[in-house]
Amino acid sequence: MNISRRKLITAGLAATAGASSLAAAALMARRYGLVPPDCKGFYGPGETLTYAAQRLLTTHSLAREFPRTMISKTPFANEVSPFKDDFKLHQPGTFKAWRLAVDGMVTHPASFSLSDLHSFPIRSQITEVVCEEGWSYVAEWIGTPLFEVLHSVGVLPQARYIVYFSIDRDWWESIDMADALHPQTFLTLGMNDGDLPVGFGGPLRLRVPRQLGYKSVKYITRLTATDNLKTFGKGLGSASPEAGYAWYAGI
Amino acid sequence: MPGSELLCHAIRPRPCYPRHVSTATSLRNPDTPRHAAIVRVTHWITVIAFFALLISGAEIVVSHPRFYWGETGNVNMRPLFTIPIPASRDTVPTGYKYVMPDQNGWSRYLHFQAAWLAVLTGLVYGIASLLNRHFRDDLIPAPADRTWRAFRAVIAKTLRRAPLDPAEARSYNVVQCIAYLSVIFILFPLVIWTGLALSPGFNAAFPVGVNLLGGRQSARTLHFFVSGLLLLFLIIHVAMIALAGFWSRTRTMITGRLVESPKRTDKSQERPVISKESTVISEERA
Repeated sequence: MNISRRKLITAGLAATAGASSLAAAALMARRYGLVPPDCKGFYGPGETLTYAAQRLLTTHSLAREFPRTMISKTPFANEVSPFKDDFKLHQPGTFKAWRLAVDGMVTHPASFSLSDLHSFPIRSQITEVVCEEGWSYVAEWIGTPLFEVLHSVGVLPQARYIVYFSIDRDWWESIDMADALHPQTFLTLGMNDGDLPVGFGGPLRLRVPRQLGYKSVKYITRLTATDNLKTFGKGLGSASPEAGYAWYAGI
Repeated sequence: MPGSELLCHAIRPRPCYPRHVSTATSLRNPDTPRHAAIVRVTHWITVIAFFALLISGAEIVVSHPRFYWGETGNVNMRPLFTIPIPASRDTVPTGYKYVMPDQNGWSRYLHFQAAWLAVLTGLVYGIASLLNRHFRDDLIPAPADRTWRAFRAVIAKTLRRAPLDPAEARSYNVVQCIAYLSVIFILFPLVIWTGLALSPGFNAAFPVGVNLLGGRQSARTLHFFVSGLLLLFLIIHVAMIALAGFWSRTRTMITGRLVESPKRTDKSQERPVISKESTVISEERA
């Protein structure tokens, strides 16, 4: 094999250009929030590419909405962990004592009852729930956009993520501000013209329609605004990566 | 690159044939590798990515081995068809008493990482093949070969297991050309399209992708079938290589050098019919 000086110089220049553009890309990615919290490890490169690509392409796009005729007649609630006493104490149907605490990087930490949440602007959307297993259904979701609640508590501009917790302690997730302030991200109180059934996350579910079902946590009791996910759990962003699932579930 | 060809002449004079003149690779400089380095490297990266996609994809199917048509589908709805295997979720009625372990976490991580690897490798291969005329010179069949007759002749010859002449080992026949072009320009784009149509984030940005396929569950079913066609291609591809001499062909795809398969060279083929041009070349080499 002949390796000419020209080829050697070309290869050297290409390698240098490649390495420095990779370093520059990494710097830019960090700066513009294109790196997911589970970016370490063997699958880090793929996760980072997926998250960065979707953030660049989809930040403002809306999940598909469907006509009323496409609402699934037989939606599937999926199973949830058995309810513990703290859930059973709540009065079924009314959930009068249910509270949503909002804290972290906000100017006015607050706690809302369900009727407090009903006093926010109520919107509805007909969107699809997509499970990572492969199945799906379309339903009408009624609730208040998360941004309404975040604005009312004065979320600080430094906040980069909203962490949200289920009454089931093992189920907590987080989303970036692109999803948190997205007009279709709802604190969901109703489904298909009725109250949100317990099986589908009632009394309160955070719907994130541009991501898979496991990001739409059921039985929400607390929201926290933060600029650092490292302080939550094992620092991977949410319970999903701790269980081996991707933090970003837009794919 | 014309520059490097000039350099070749300067070091060791030998005929350099312009690549675009003919698809008959026997005309080429015999020192030219059978497969260019870019083809070899991207081939083996694709092999790794494809196996990762296949294994992780099969594992993801196990969590819900039911397929539907249209936008929505779940266990409360009638499936289009069901794969008769146990599922990794106890919510799926399969008829089996046991539930397989849940492997979706790493399977999904691996699937998307391997998809990136396959797509980026495919882009490098595609751009390089346009620039170095690999598509035009090696994969587009010569006009004379674009007939049913030529197609049938290749199949008949393969079925008879007739010995190849050396020129044939240096180029692709029309059936190979069509198979490779279909995988590169039909099946790979389709599997990427149907796969992207399963991403709720991507569908928000480009809803036309999933809508054209007839909905999300149709996209999932099509993704499964196109993957099946790719697997079918892989099986036939490996079977054909096994017939031609597995190790010699595999070595050629690694080193680029053509090694005559001992299986195909019997006594009568030791002095095969060689075109005038290649005789000139071999004499010059000698």
